Amino acid sequence: MLTINMNPLHLLIILLLLSSMGYYIGRKKAFAVAGGTKGLQQLHSRPVYYGALTAMWCGIPAIVVYAAWLAFEPSIITGIVLNGLPEEIRSLPDGRLNLLLNDIRNLVDGNIVSAASDPMIQQAAARYSQLKQISFTSLAIASVSLSLLALVFIRSRIVPKLRARNHVERIVRYLLIACSMIAIFTTIGIVLSVLYESIRFFRSVPVTEFLFGLEWSPQMAIRTDQVGSSGAFGALPVLAGTVMIALIAMSVAAPIGLMSAIYLSEYADRRIRAMVKPLMEILAGIPTVVYGFFAALTVAPFIRNTGDLLGFSVSSESAMAAGLVMGVMIIPFVSSLSDDVINAVPQALRDGALALGATRSETVRQIIIPAAFPGIVGSLLLAVSRAIGETMIVVMAAGLSANLTANPFQAVTTVTVQIVTLLVGDQEFDSPKTLAAFALGLLLFLVTLALNVVALVVVRKYREQYE
Amino acid sequence: MNRISQSIDNAVRSNHSRTIDIVNRGLKRRYRAERRFKIYGVAAIIISLGFLALLFVNIVGKGYTAFQQTEIKLDVFFDPAEFQDKLASDANYMAIVKDSMSRLFPDVSGRQDKRALYGLVSTGTVFQVRNILLEDRRLIGKTVPVWVPADDDVDMLVKGHMDRRLPEDQRRLKDQHLAWIDQLDADGRLRKALNHSFFTKGDSREPELAGIWGAMMGSFFALVVTLLLSFPIGVAAAVYLEEFAPKNRWTDIIEVNINNLAAVPSIVFGLLGLAVFINLFGLPRSAPLVGGLVLTLMTLPTIIIASRASLKSVPPSIREAALGVGASKNQMVFHHVLPLALPGMLTGTIIGMAQALGETAPLLMIGMVAFIVDIPGGFTDPSTVLPVQIYLWADSPERAFVERTSAAIMVLLAFLITMNALAVVLRRRFEKRW
Repeated sequence: MLTINMNPLHLLIILLLLSSMGYYIGRKKAFAVAGGTKGLQQLHSRPVYYGALTAMWCGIPAIVVYAAWLAFEPSIITGIVLNGLPEEIRSLPDGRLNLLLNDIRNLVDGNIVSAASDPMIQQAAARYSQLKQISFTSLAIASVSLSLLALVFIRSRIVPKLRARNHVERIVRYLLIACSMIAIFTTIGIVLSVLYESIRFFRSVPVTEFLFGLEWSPQMAIRTDQVGSSGAFGALPVLAGTVMIALIAMSVAAPIGLMSAIYLSEYADRRIRAMVKPLMEILAGIPTVVYGFFAALTVAPFIRNTGDLLGFSVSSESAMAAGLVMGVMIIPFVSSLSDDVINAVPQALRDGALALGATRSETVRQIIIPAAFPGIVGSLLLAVSRAIGETMIVVMAAGLSANLTANPFQAVTTVTVQIVTLLVGDQEFDSPKTLAAFALGLLLFLVTLALNVVALVVVRKYREQYE
Repeated sequence: MNRISQSIDNAVRSNHSRTIDIVNRGLKRRYRAERRFKIYGVAAIIISLGFLALLFVNIVGKGYTAFQQTEIKLDVFFDPAEFQDKLASDANYMAIVKDSMSRLFPDVSGRQDKRALYGLVSTGTVFQVRNILLEDRRLIGKTVPVWVPADDDVDMLVKGHMDRRLPEDQRRLKDQHLAWIDQLDADGRLRKALNHSFFTKGDSREPELAGIWGAMMGSFFALVVTLLLSFPIGVAAAVYLEEFAPKNRWTDIIEVNINNLAAVPSIVFGLLGLAVFINLFGLPRSAPLVGGLVLTLMTLPTIIIASRASLKSVPPSIREAALGVGASKNQMVFHHVLPLALPGMLTGTIIGMAQALGETAPLLMIGMVAFIVDIPGGFTDPSTVLPVQIYLWADSPERAFVERTSAAIMVLLAFLITMNALAVVLRRRFEKRW
């Protein structure tokens, strides 16, 4: 059998080289049909367009084939290998089957595995790597010959009358459209993937129990006779924790963010503004994992010690620490968004109020804030959605236990913390435990989406009002 | 206003006052309110900037010591007896290291005491000594002075993070250890040197051997994938939406969609990556390739929005002039508008990359959170990234990891600040006011 000792990256480079070779061949052919530099006027387009056209035909179809092949190859090969396994193995439960597949893949990759001694697995692994080799060889042959065929075909079509520029421009247009569609596909992908797993989850746990249940303990039994094995999937305590932390965060971020926006846009002179604004934006640029570290190692112990001094008990992973730090993190969101909306209030309103003898603060409180109110609400909503979706701070500083409590000094958990804890580490893809993470993800996505849409609509309406 | 109208009412009731009197009467109170309001504003800014300062001081204060590592000087004797009848690589280096420790403190006896003594140096010493010999086999039979990393507890004590005045049972190092360390110090066998392994090694369970190079390479590979995909795609999407797209419902949907994607929580992108790239397409877990793909989807909205703003700021006269001399629409866009908009697009891209570099949550979902010692050498090698490494270390119980976490944060912040500064410089340099 023909074996090609290269990896997919090499093949991609070869395809790109072929494509750039196509450019030169196409351009040369264009010069040739024009009869040298003097005859260029006979050509419909400039020679580079003939080159570009050849390069595109040479490269794009082959690379599309390449990408599609690599994307679907693993699942197809896995399917074939599975079908080759004896019946009693194929009827294993999914979890065991996945483990087995992992063993096979590990063996293929040359890693040491526990089941390496099993001849059946060895055989399957051999088959797997053989199939992989065959697949890659045929991919290489298919894509390179597709590329070469296109090259020969287009080269033969190059005549002075060929409207190369129009062709190239049309292809470019399609490429641009394809790129702008990726955003749509991302959204569809998010919705579909989260929804699909959630539906599987809701088959085993009813929606009503998920939304209104008061107990969250997503343990599933490995053995049926285990103690405490029945998982409870009532998301209410998790939601309550999320809301509490978001509330704490907003009660820090809303006043501070708003007041600093007001001060910067109404009071501060240009020099201070130019200095303070970028500094505030640094707060938004600091990675959330840094805030998480700060919350867990500095703020949480500080709050606990203060609590001890004052004589009330604070859990070491309190909602307060996570909420406070998260509040600081979203200050710049509130302040820069409200800064924008405050600046959008027409100057005439300000001038009018000041001319009537109002002080600056009276102008702000009685004229500007009412006028900018919808915009401010919009920016606060965006900040809330930020707070709800924030992950690292709460993963590091809030707890794991789902308490249904109103005490901000107790440990609570949030939607994002639960998603992370359920999905990090080894998991099997059919237990309600893992699927619950996707259900929470769906909930998170829907809530933040709703907040964002409302906020964007409100802000847009508000902008139009003053334009 | 209510108060003002009230005072007007009062004034009208008490007849003869003129308006100016009423205003003057309230003036003091109103000025006080004005001052208070202004103070609130200043306070808000001071609080946020103060927090920023606190954060930096805290991180730097905790982390700057991690750039140094305590080392202990051992006189390693490569005993020829150990090398008889076997390959040099198979020799019992553990025994060699233990032997050189024992020679420093000859009066230590008893199993437990000896084990405590050997614990002063890092477990990595064995490999270091082995490498020294494998590089030069003529050292067999000779005594070589070697500086080896001290154990993390020793390191913490020397750096002053461990309080030696605590009662013995509350310290990780006992009185016995302290005596040894003091003697080493007195003999000049203790020094603090630049922490090489922090910048050159991968992760480790031992803090004194753990480094960020593996995570940095992981970040590098992931960001290369992100940059290669998100910049061209983002610019192309922005060009289409801004220059070519007809204004209809369809493009409206795309636009709303992009704005919404920019605000979707990052962890949801992780769920997407897990479900699509790993489970559907079967790409490897923990690979920078998958991390880069997820980060691409995440940063695309940022880049598209920045690029569109940049295209918008190119004045229409450029477009009209290009079309006027006979350029096609594509030529107009790609030869004239795009080059003028490119600096703004690059700025947006750098900011997007900085976001991607600091992102943690979605990468946890796709398994980049594994404990990985090896330095990744390619796009599909299992690896972790810098923020995830910070997260992993922050969870470790050893005191020495706290300072290393802070140091890793300092490195991460240094990268981010450099990138953002670059973006600012780029904007200043190429910004054109038309």
